[in-house]
Amino acid sequence: MELTFYIAAAVATLATIMTITRYNIIHALLYLVVSFLAVAVVFFTLGAPFMAALEIIIYAGAIVVLIIFVIMMLNLTHEDVEHEKAWLTPKVWVGPAILSAVLLAELAYIILSPDTLPTEALVAVDARVVGLSLYGPYMLGVQLCGILLMAGIVGAYHLGRQKKKVVHRFLQPKEERSAAI
Amino acid sequence: MENLLWLIPALPFLGALLLILFGTRLSRTLVAILGVGSVAVSALITILLGLEFLSNRPEFYHQEVWQWFSVAGFTPSIAFHIDALSMVFIFVITFVGALIHLYATSYMADDQDFSRFFASMNLFVGSMLMLVMADNLLLLYLGWEGVGLCSYLLIGFWYKEPANGYAARKAFIITRVGDTAMAIGLFMLFQAFGTLHIQTILTEAPEAWSVGSQMAVIVALLLGGAVGKSGQLPLQTWLPDAMAGPTPVSALIHAATMVTAGVYLIARMYVIFELAPLVQTIVAIVGAITLLLAGFSALTQYDLKRVLAYSTISQIGYMFLALGVGAWSAGIFHFMIHGFFKALLFLCAGAIIMALHHEQDMRKMGGLRHKMPVVYWTFLIGAASLAALPIITAGFYSKDQILWYALAGEYGNTWLYLAGLVGAFITSIYTFRMVFMTFFGESKTHLEHPPGKVITIPLIILAILSLVGGFIELPHNFPHVTLFSDVMAPVLPGIYANEGLAANEWMFQLVAAIVSLGGVFVAYLFYIKSPQLLTSIERSGFAMALHRFWHSGWGFDALYDVLIARPYVFISKLNKRDFIDSFYTGLARLAEGFHVMFSETQNGILRNYVAGIVVGAIMILTISLFL
Amino acid sequence: MTSAHMEAALMLAGVLFMLGLISVLIRRNIIFMLISVEIMLNAAGLAFIVAGTKWVQPDGQVMFIFILTMAAAEVSVGLALILQIYHQLKTLDSDAANLMKG
Repeated sequence: MELTFYIAAAVATLATIMTITRYNIIHALLYLVVSFLAVAVVFFTLGAPFMAALEIIIYAGAIVVLIIFVIMMLNLTHEDVEHEKAWLTPKVWVGPAILSAVLLAELAYIILSPDTLPTEALVAVDARVVGLSLYGPYMLGVQLCGILLMAGIVGAYHLGRQKKKVVHRFLQPKEERSAAI
Repeated sequence: MENLLWLIPALPFLGALLLILFGTRLSRTLVAILGVGSVAVSALITILLGLEFLSNRPEFYHQEVWQWFSVAGFTPSIAFHIDALSMVFIFVITFVGALIHLYATSYMADDQDFSRFFASMNLFVGSMLMLVMADNLLLLYLGWEGVGLCSYLLIGFWYKEPANGYAARKAFIITRVGDTAMAIGLFMLFQAFGTLHIQTILTEAPEAWSVGSQMAVIVALLLGGAVGKSGQLPLQTWLPDAMAGPTPVSALIHAATMVTAGVYLIARMYVIFELAPLVQTIVAIVGAITLLLAGFSALTQYDLKRVLAYSTISQIGYMFLALGVGAWSAGIFHFMIHGFFKALLFLCAGAIIMALHHEQDMRKMGGLRHKMPVVYWTFLIGAASLAALPIITAGFYSKDQILWYALAGEYGNTWLYLAGLVGAFITSIYTFRMVFMTFFGESKTHLEHPPGKVITIPLIILAILSLVGGFIELPHNFPHVTLFSDVMAPVLPGIYANEGLAANEWMFQLVAAIVSLGGVFVAYLFYIKSPQLLTSIERSGFAMALHRFWHSGWGFDALYDVLIARPYVFISKLNKRDFIDSFYTGLARLAEGFHVMFSETQNGILRNYVAGIVVGAIMILTISLFL
Repeated sequence: MTSAHMEAALMLAGVLFMLGLISVLIRRNIIFMLISVEIMLNAAGLAFIVAGTKWVQPDGQVMFIFILTMAAAEVSVGLALILQIYHQLKTLDSDAANLMKG
């Protein structure tokens, strides 16, 4: 089990690194799917099989597919890859890498300091308990999630609509106005 | 009738309000009807009220309209208190004011700001009425400041000329000096009595204060206010410059409103002035000096209106002299007569100026005697009254009374009398110098607008009043008539003349008469009979230097310029970048610098924002970890 | 499973989060930024699950579900915004969308 975890962790890390270094979005997305799958395996080893399933269905499935649809709609060409190459110079990397390294070091300091975590054996929490909790104490949260999704749908519909520009006739250029009349 | 009291000031205010709101949309005729009508109706009410007052002889009328406000026991109300003193003032203000308004409809007929003019005039009359009718000093002060504001508006009426705006500001600022003193005086009065109700103060003051106590300070401060408004020494310099306004405004300021406010204030508060004999003596001395200074200055002026302005200062000086020697009723009597003849003279001057196409220089006038007979005769009557020609003119009776009490009154003495007498002599010289220069000699300017009926009717009415107005109060060795002082008696105490001198009163009257006639003769000598005398004087350097000195009003403007204006400008230049301000401007600069700095961060580049979040997260984590 | 395992799992979450963060900071393509945000959200979810497992409590997994929901809503709105930006500016460069800068 432990070996599985470490392999999955390594795969997840590598796949994520590949994701963020790709120039082509589709390639990046494929690595992202791999990363999500690896994380799903990590969930499994942590004793959360239901979450692993959700991870695969929603993250690796729905969200990535959604992004792919959008990329298809945008009709990206080879030029965009070139753009991406031009934008990703080593100089750009330095600052963010240092910042993130500092943050990671601090996180590691917290995580690895001996007294922050109790040394108990891990016990799986099954989906039944999660469901009871979700529809028990977290009822309000579930409803809020429903509202959030609703807002997301409405917002996506509203924002995604291709609006035809309607200009008042006084604001139209002269020729168009005379043509309209 | 008594219930209509509030209408007297309310009508002009209403007129002003209507004219301000709708003036530009009304026709000229309607503006004139509103402007003149409002004052005329309140004059009518005043006359009816006055008749009732004279027949019933009540102590006073009182009307409380509403309580103004109530703060910590201080409850001034909008209330009117009318006794004989206020009655006289209201009568002059509304009646003379209405005549001036009527006259102005013709004088200002071609002006494009017709409605603004009448709105300001109505407001002026309303404020002045508020001042004299108020039953408490706070309401009085409201009217007092309203008058100041209106004088600013009207003196600077032709605001496109920078000099007029300057004159308006000068009038406003100089009277403000006096107003500030008065405001402080009112604060101290309130501190002493806990009320500003005039009658309460007047009854309580003699019990609360002994004669000559330190309350003289309060009285002196009130005197400061009176001096400022009335154009007396040392705050007289604004009045000649106030001639920048249209002539009806000058007439209104000088005859009916504004400058007489100081006289009213002193007469109204006479009780506390009597409690401070020192201040009262100062009043008399200020009056005496002012009347002399202004008289000499008037001698040298060439501008017709400026001569009249200086003569106003001089005549108000007489009123102050009368008030100062305790001849209260004589001062008020002179105010009334002065109101008639000064309005008359100004309106005549206006008619002349209008006829000569806004020419005010007397050297360019002359020979108008036959061209404008009505104006000539009325002006002559006004001048005679001003010069106090004996027997026939009202001015003689009022001025003679003042002179008499200046000598024989309780506080009178020889010096004050002599000052008054010399003043009378000079008055008569400059008055008839004016008459001779304007109406006699050969004609120099072409006549443009002969005065119409609207101009001449007010002149004739005022001329009649300037003649017969004096007969209501005649000296006791003459047919003894004391109508005026009888009416005044309940309000203002009478004065007892020195018994020893009283027997020889006729002698002093004769002297006064001779002096005034002598002045006329001197003027005749210099300006008609032998003008070469004048040129021979003009040749001497000393006389010319004196002339220049007097012409500039005894150099008071230059003095104030050197003493006050220049140092002030110097200091303000020195401290141009106010060092206290620099702290606040520094604060503003700092804020501006931060603004520039932080608006740089709002560059719309998303990654920078994220980087900001990360840096923040690192900082918070670091702090929570290591502190 | 041991606690060393736990720490390793948390470190994995931290590393994934950092990688996502680096990507957000270096990318100009707005779709890449969205993807990076997804990575970071996923890492956060992982941390919740680890914590939930550690304490033997269902709350961690409940939170993960909430994060999932939020990620879904965010992606839908985000993609709609990307479409709009692309239509308005004809580019996916996030730096071009600075028309409201101060």
